[in-house]
Amino acid sequence: MNGRIIAFCCEHSAYPAADLAGKLGLHYPETLRIIRVPCAGRVDVIHMLRALEKGASAVLVLGCEDGACHHITGNIRARERVKHCDMLLREIGIDGRPVVMFNLSPNAPHKFVKAANEITKIIKESREAR
Amino acid sequence: MIIAERKPMEEIKQAMALYKKVLVAGCGTCVTVCWAGGEKEVGILASQLRLARSAEGNEIVTLEATVERQCEKEMVAELEDKVAEVEAVLSLACGSGVQVMAELFEDKPVFPAVNTTFIGMPQKEGLWVEMCGACGDCFLDRTGGICPMVRCAKGLLNGPCGGTRKGGKCEIDPDKDCAWVLVYRRLEKQGRLDLMRQYYTPKNFRAVKRPGRVQAAKA
Repeated sequence: MNGRIIAFCCEHSAYPAADLAGKLGLHYPETLRIIRVPCAGRVDVIHMLRALEKGASAVLVLGCEDGACHHITGNIRARERVKHCDMLLREIGIDGRPVVMFNLSPNAPHKFVKAANEITKIIKESREAR
Repeated sequence: MIIAERKPMEEIKQAMALYKKVLVAGCGTCVTVCWAGGEKEVGILASQLRLARSAEGNEIVTLEATVERQCEKEMVAELEDKVAEVEAVLSLACGSGVQVMAELFEDKPVFPAVNTTFIGMPQKEGLWVEMCGACGDCFLDRTGGICPMVRCAKGLLNGPCGGTRKGGKCEIDPDKDCAWVLVYRRLEKQGRLDLMRQYYTPKNFRAVKRPGRVQAAKA
């Protein structure tokens, strides 16, 4: 594992939020790697699995708030896929490498930072538990 | 179409335990539609295998390929180069596809990664139901296009059984419609209720000799 957190960021919400966080000089974990996607609904299970295969410690999928998806149902699809991916990981006995989804709006840089911190905390806790 | 579901991961992992390089082969027809063995499922299963084995410190190399129909030799033959590279094949096709693969590449062990379950249709997203038992003696014309042999929990040829619940539900599974109520309503719409009064003698289950074989008539 390389300790990285791969964050798939929707370009209509999480990506501008991350941008804003940078402009405001907010601090978030340096292990976070942002991948800009046209919609959270574009992120497939295989993208999440491959990120983990390449050594990521966790995968974040960040999409629009409920009812605000630019592509109508992309965030709902993304949530289902995250759930499915989590089930696939449990099936092979891999825990402690979380795949989590958060919803946020483009003007919520603090929520972006909170999501990044939260997943870092989850990874830390699961490492300590082992 | 043929419906299949993926085998439990533990069973697949155990089957692959001895191998270091395998081909995960999907089929682009029925099992793609029922989300069991298409290109996407091939990618996911291969990734799961790699992750699981890497966590055990026993890496596995997977090749991935999906052919249009794994039940046709010509299409499976395209995989020759890939099969030559691996120790075993993990097939996500129906039982027929697995057997074609095994017949074409006799020197390689072929493992099924799905359980072939029935011939059915999609009822809603992610749900498939059995429609046909492939008995070889079709009498759907007399039941309004509803097969009671498969859709009735008791497989009754002369129904209903008498245990139908209120609202036309099955006494065994209250979530299921009684097939014979469906047959009645369909025939009623068609004005052919007289067919309900007929008694059908037991079906000839030997209509298709096993293994089945159908030869098209010459033009």
